[in-house]
Amino acid sequence: MKRIEIVNGRLINPANQFDDQADLFIADGRIIGIGKRPDGFVADEQINASGHIVCPGLIDLSARLREPGSEHKGTLESELAAAVAGGITRLACPPDTDPTLDEPGLVRMLTHRARSLALAKVHPVGALTRGLHGKQLTEMAELRESGCIAFSHAEAPITDNLILFRAMQYAATFGLPLWLRPQDHSLANNGVAHDGEVATRLGLPSIPTLAESVAISTIVILMKETGARVHLERISSREGVEMIHAAKKYGLPLTCDVSIQHVHLSDIDIGYFDANTRLSPPLRSTRDRDALLYGLADGTIDAIVSDHTPIDDDAKLLPFGEAEPGATALELLLPLTLRWADQKHLSLGDALAKLTTGPAAILGKDVGDISVGNVADITVFDPAATWLVKPENLLSQGKHTPFAGMEMRGKVQCTIVDGRVIYRR
Amino acid sequence: MYNPQLNKHGELNHLLTIEGLPAAHIRQILDRAQQYVTMAEQDSKKVPLLSGRSVFNLFFENSTRTRTTFEIAAKRLSADVISLNINASSTAKGETLLDTIHNLEAMGADMFVVRHAESGAPFLIARHVKPGVHVVNAGDGRHAHPTQALLDMFTIRHYKGDFTQLRVAIVGDILHSRVARSQIHALTTLGVPEVRVIGPKTLLPTGVEKLGVRVFHDLREGLRDVDVVIMLRLQNERMNGALLPSAQEFFKHYGLTQEKLALAKPDAIVMHPGPMNRGVEIDSPVADGAHSVILPQVTFGIAVRMAVMGILAGKQ
Repeated sequence: MKRIEIVNGRLINPANQFDDQADLFIADGRIIGIGKRPDGFVADEQINASGHIVCPGLIDLSARLREPGSEHKGTLESELAAAVAGGITRLACPPDTDPTLDEPGLVRMLTHRARSLALAKVHPVGALTRGLHGKQLTEMAELRESGCIAFSHAEAPITDNLILFRAMQYAATFGLPLWLRPQDHSLANNGVAHDGEVATRLGLPSIPTLAESVAISTIVILMKETGARVHLERISSREGVEMIHAAKKYGLPLTCDVSIQHVHLSDIDIGYFDANTRLSPPLRSTRDRDALLYGLADGTIDAIVSDHTPIDDDAKLLPFGEAEPGATALELLLPLTLRWADQKHLSLGDALAKLTTGPAAILGKDVGDISVGNVADITVFDPAATWLVKPENLLSQGKHTPFAGMEMRGKVQCTIVDGRVIYRR
Repeated sequence: MYNPQLNKHGELNHLLTIEGLPAAHIRQILDRAQQYVTMAEQDSKKVPLLSGRSVFNLFFENSTRTRTTFEIAAKRLSADVISLNINASSTAKGETLLDTIHNLEAMGADMFVVRHAESGAPFLIARHVKPGVHVVNAGDGRHAHPTQALLDMFTIRHYKGDFTQLRVAIVGDILHSRVARSQIHALTTLGVPEVRVIGPKTLLPTGVEKLGVRVFHDLREGLRDVDVVIMLRLQNERMNGALLPSAQEFFKHYGLTQEKLALAKPDAIVMHPGPMNRGVEIDSPVADGAHSVILPQVTFGIAVRMAVMGILAGKQ
């Protein structure tokens, strides 16, 4: 295995709030020196990070890879190549594949395929119920042994609170975390946009924020009863942020994330029915968006996710309500997070924490920290490089994003996974 | 702000929504329609304006009245008219909306008149047609029905003259109504000082007051001193469920009767986009009474649709 040195870079490690010029020395897949060259270290490969930032490899808690079952929308090859080009070294993928990730064999196959590609590391999130039908629990303990790090219901509704209650009890028995996207199915009422002025004007069937807050209140009450550990995925509303803030204060083992799209956009961006802004949850009001930003700043929201969803033209070039929700985002997660930091005058360390230490804690893995002895998952990026989002230039098979045509600042120069350079610009 | 229905000279290229349409464009359409009404009265119904052009009526959702009036309007402009009911043919075979459009373009379509159950579908089509091909929205989801609103404005102007002195009430299922949305935009654009919407909370969309209307839940209160009453159709499937308990209760509180109409101005007119549910939103004596202008609305609808198609495609 190659010995690598990354020199002249500005090292930012949110885990210990380090932010200074420091060289990094890597051997046998691990970090063996920071700042000071270990005795006798001779590099096989040198990366000159002059003017660049060196940080822990980014972690994305929600990226759809489309395998198995929807290879026409994306493959492990295309999406993991996009991930490392975006500086993401580790990601979790939701179970809403076809078939769903409800069988240990499927999960093993997926992790094996991902490992053999040797790009970003893939952590499957297992289905909470068989086929995500919301009726019968999956073999969660067995699925964990196959590699599932958590259990979720993706976008599929759990309409029966007894099932949700039992699932939380069962998961708590084995200490398994549940990742839930809080949305009350009946209140969402097959809506496609946020229930507000914009949907009223455009005549789009709408989803009120109370679809989210009612679901969160149910989950919080069931958490108190069952002791289950829950991570709430892709919070979208002000009420949601407030309730999570209160639940955390109360001491519940609750965490949450927000999608990078919702950090930057609101329902106003739907414009004249731009299907690229059809997302799930829907883009909400600017008032909700402001609350999400506040929640990120005060620590209520632990992580930012890409919610990457590659979608083919046939499923997106449709009337707004018929278009499949989602956007390609792996390659935009870092520059859009930097943009948020810039707009809110945050330190880069605080911003990068939402892509490193924050998600690492939710994964429950000792990752996202540049310390001697740790696995060398490293991202090097140029914070000043600007580039234009041209869908055809994205590596992801998904080309649809609301940010098409916009200028980004921040470009990944080099991505290292397990001490191997797997992406270099 | 970018407006997808105007070309770079600010002229009407498609008719997709009333929202954002300058008042001058609305008046231009109404004035042209007035010429056609006058012509029809003089027994010369046909003009050669669209001779040699192909108009495709694409109805992805059922309609009798709107489709028929568009057909008649196109024929009076001497266009070749092809009407397609699409739910039955292509989409069932899995063809996408844009594939259908591109195929019809290849057959030489000059204009698409589109009705679709999804809000915004005509915008998608307008974004993907070739330059020189025009799109007219004949009703999309809950979003817009601009030609209906224009014929309603024509009707109001015909009977009332000046928009700037009027009080107009729109009654019933605002939530699901593309007609109401387009009417509200048209009325406010033309300077109507007071537009009211009247209905139960379950049938009013969130933030409707932001469209510039006054909200009433009590029909008697809302009708007081209005010049124009527009009744909306209540769809059958919405009469018994979580939105409303029954058609009877709706009629009792929101149905227009002669007794309630008496609260409006003595010379108030009553409009309805049709088809009417007699005894649900409107009582027969009102629908057929002296204040009703429901049938003239239909007649004017042809002239207004001729005007729209003529202005869009007749200029080159």
